[in-house]
Amino acid sequence: MSFQAPTIDYAGLAPVIALTVGLCAVLMTAVFKPLRRTAPALTMLTLAGTAGLLIWQWGESTDLVSGALRLDELAISIALIAILTAAVAVLLSIREPAVEEVGSGEYHALLLGSVLGMTLLAQAQNLVSFFIAIEVLSIPLYILCAANLRREESLESGLKYLIVGSLGSATLLYGMSFLYGGAGTTDFDGIAAAIGREGVLGDPLIGVGIAMAAVGLAFKASIAPFHQWTPDVYQGAPTPITAFMAVATKAAAFAVFVRFFDVALAPQSGEWQAPLAVLAAISIVVGNVGALRQPSLKRMLGYSGVAQAGYILGGLVVASEAGVNAIVFYLAAYAFMNLAAFAVVVARERETAYGDDIRAVGGLGAERPLLAWPLTIAMLGLAGLPATAGFIGKLYLIEALVAGDYAWLAVFIAIGTMISLAYYLPVVAAMWMRPGAEAQTPGAPAIAGASPEADPTDPEAGRRPYLVAPALLAAAAVVFFGILPQPLVEFAERAGAALF
Amino acid sequence: MTNSLLWTPLAFGIVGLFLPKRATGWWAVLGAAVTLGLAVALLAGFDSGASGLQSTVEAKWIPELGVDYSLGVDGLNLFLILLTAVVWLGGTAFAAFRDQDRPHLFFLMMLLGETATLGAFLAQDLLLFVLFFDLMLVPFYFLFGAWGSDRAEGPSASAATLKMIVYTLIGSLLMLVGAIAAAVIAADGGQLTFSIAALVEQGLGEGSQRWIFWLFAAAFLVKMPAFLLHGWMPDAYRAAPLAALVVFSGVLAKVGAYGFLRVVLPLFPDATVEFQEVVLAIALASILYGSAMAFTQTNVRLIAGYSSVAQLGFITAGIFALRADGADGAILQMVNHGLVVAPLLVIVAILAERSGSEDLREMGGMAMRAPVLAALFLIVTLATLAMPGSANFIGEFYILNGLFQEKIVFAIVAISGVAMAAFYALRLYQRTMHNRKPEGIESREIDWRDGVVLAPLVACILALALYPQLILKRTDRSVQQAVAAVSDKQPSKAVARR
Repeated sequence: MSFQAPTIDYAGLAPVIALTVGLCAVLMTAVFKPLRRTAPALTMLTLAGTAGLLIWQWGESTDLVSGALRLDELAISIALIAILTAAVAVLLSIREPAVEEVGSGEYHALLLGSVLGMTLLAQAQNLVSFFIAIEVLSIPLYILCAANLRREESLESGLKYLIVGSLGSATLLYGMSFLYGGAGTTDFDGIAAAIGREGVLGDPLIGVGIAMAAVGLAFKASIAPFHQWTPDVYQGAPTPITAFMAVATKAAAFAVFVRFFDVALAPQSGEWQAPLAVLAAISIVVGNVGALRQPSLKRMLGYSGVAQAGYILGGLVVASEAGVNAIVFYLAAYAFMNLAAFAVVVARERETAYGDDIRAVGGLGAERPLLAWPLTIAMLGLAGLPATAGFIGKLYLIEALVAGDYAWLAVFIAIGTMISLAYYLPVVAAMWMRPGAEAQTPGAPAIAGASPEADPTDPEAGRRPYLVAPALLAAAAVVFFGILPQPLVEFAERAGAALF
Repeated sequence: MTNSLLWTPLAFGIVGLFLPKRATGWWAVLGAAVTLGLAVALLAGFDSGASGLQSTVEAKWIPELGVDYSLGVDGLNLFLILLTAVVWLGGTAFAAFRDQDRPHLFFLMMLLGETATLGAFLAQDLLLFVLFFDLMLVPFYFLFGAWGSDRAEGPSASAATLKMIVYTLIGSLLMLVGAIAAAVIAADGGQLTFSIAALVEQGLGEGSQRWIFWLFAAAFLVKMPAFLLHGWMPDAYRAAPLAALVVFSGVLAKVGAYGFLRVVLPLFPDATVEFQEVVLAIALASILYGSAMAFTQTNVRLIAGYSSVAQLGFITAGIFALRADGADGAILQMVNHGLVVAPLLVIVAILAERSGSEDLREMGGMAMRAPVLAALFLIVTLATLAMPGSANFIGEFYILNGLFQEKIVFAIVAISGVAMAAFYALRLYQRTMHNRKPEGIESREIDWRDGVVLAPLVACILALALYPQLILKRTDRSVQQAVAAVSDKQPSKAVARR
């Protein structure tokens, strides 16, 4: 009897290894007092190194760890989006009270842990690695949401996220067990082959498994009606973490959504397409209607994220390469738009007494044009107006939907976009236009539930380069890819080609 | 050439951001003037004998999605481009003579608006057209919302603007879906393209035409605005800053009418024939409703606004006569109306400055010491009511002629609109310029600044009155082509031809 040692593809695993090593190093800085100030820099270094390794692996398509993970362009593109978001979140966390409260080393190590989970999740092609990755992603976020130890909303947000997130995980796990029972394997390709075999197709066990797994994923991606936690958690969490969650979690969840449905469940696409389309439509309506008249910007962005998740889900519904391309393109565009918006929200939160209330950006156009422009572009982009990446993203999605015979969902996207104008444009109006009669209530800023940080912590925040630069760069990217989308289109096309 | 025409305004606007505040206005005027120069050069180089597009620009933009950057000029858009350049120069100059709050942003938005509008006229790719059509909204959102004025009656400026944007975007987002659906269905699994010419060649099934037609028609009818879809118009007109309203009313409404000729007739001929009478009914309702409102309103801006509803109704009726003379008249009338409504609004602004009110009841007797203003106003008024001898008369004649031969009942109703136009135009003139002068209003001659803005616009009206062939000669060929696609589908004519 001879023992065959498994071959380990260190090159393919390099990004994950780099992240893990970096995570440990950052955690160590919490222990050694003189190194404490180096945590953010070390985190950035880790992120940069991982991004470099991922770009080095671009173009490779390798199965890792006996097929539990698969490093392809889809995984790399999603991981890059997550890393970019994390890097911006690190910048936004400079001088963030939450970082001081939990300790810089711990905070950044948890952030890196979540990025590690996302990188793994984007590569997962096995039910076990899928579940482990989603937990690695989620658990650090539960803690980070509650990182603002002295603020009740933050603690509440962490607890809420923990409970709802666990519920989602449990549902997902339960669904996976059904799938395993039906298919007899945890491997995505194996499940596809098993479903393809006669007898299993249409098996209720598989059907229930798919449904429960979809619900669990919908919790993570905040797709209505499994979104109730989103606005509360987004509002309560420290704003840099909200930015990170809004973008990166969504990207990672959609990566595994795509891989799970378009690879493992591809033979049964006829059965899950219509229910997912209904889910997307519900999400579009609920998110857009919920965002109306929200005074808190973070809450509004939370609901808008629910609506945007509905749009993105449309790309999955058609189960085509064009659909996956559209998803990746939209996720990248969405990342730029949201990061620009959140950077401005962070700056105003520290600068004014209004917290994240919409009044915090009132008159921003005259006062701080360098912040007003990014937020304006972000809002116009999210609303899908032309000359922004948001427009091209919607175009991409609608094209995929119409080509995949889901024109009615495209009409839903159009209708949702119309509703969304009624909450995106008032933000623009607050910045540039004279306040209307109702907004001109003078007197001391009454904090009516919408403002987590009551006191301005940093009156000069609007000038800090680490806040202004990310906002400006992200907004510039939104406009650039709105006018010359070709580079981002090619990036997305490679991701889609990796699956089909 | 076409490229530089399109991007010159925006380039001037961006450079203007870095100039001192006092200079931005005049820099923007220079930009608009250069654009006008380029547009005139385009006219000079236009070969009226050639068929098809001229001065084309073709480049791949997003090949994966089948979107090209393709521009071109033909008889349909040549004079609308010229109109855009003329009216924008007038509007920008009008604004430059007055102090603007935050001038950098104001003139950037004005010039961005010009680029977007020119883009919508020039685009020969369906998606590019939709993109520019939507893009037009962005600058006007800022212009109306940030520089508009809150009125005692009606909602605040930003609320009125939001209403306008939501109304118009409802149309244009559905149009985006329609454009994509048209391309995907026409491609039928093959190479996807949005090129209008290629789509016309590929053709669409009758069933798809039927619903996509309405997605486009809704967008264009809201933009005009047509009756029942005009809900945004009164509030927006009341709130808008005048310089922006001049170009908005003068040019943007025509993009909708132009869209019918450029996109709807060639792409959806079956549906066009099928729904001809529905659209004609909407057009007639717009004429009647717009006219009736125009002679009951007392706010001078709204008189201009509602008269535009009526005039655009005429233009739509001309297009949907589905005959070459009707469409010829429609194009001529689009240019005419742009040239008339722009000076009309400038005069309205001047009158409002004098009387401190925009209410007709508080005006009067302005002509006493202002013969030049009165003369200019009279010319504009007579052109508005389509006095024989004016180009508007010829435009309306062509439209009615086309309509008479096609749908005589509709034509008879439309004629009443001509009579009503005389009523509301003369009412506006009399109530402001004649009658007894109320206390506290000064009758003063216009100063040279307003004269410089008004006189060239009025000169254009006169020039066109003398030589309307300038337009008709060059448009006829393209119009024939646009209408030919539809007239083949009409049962009556197909039989007659046999």
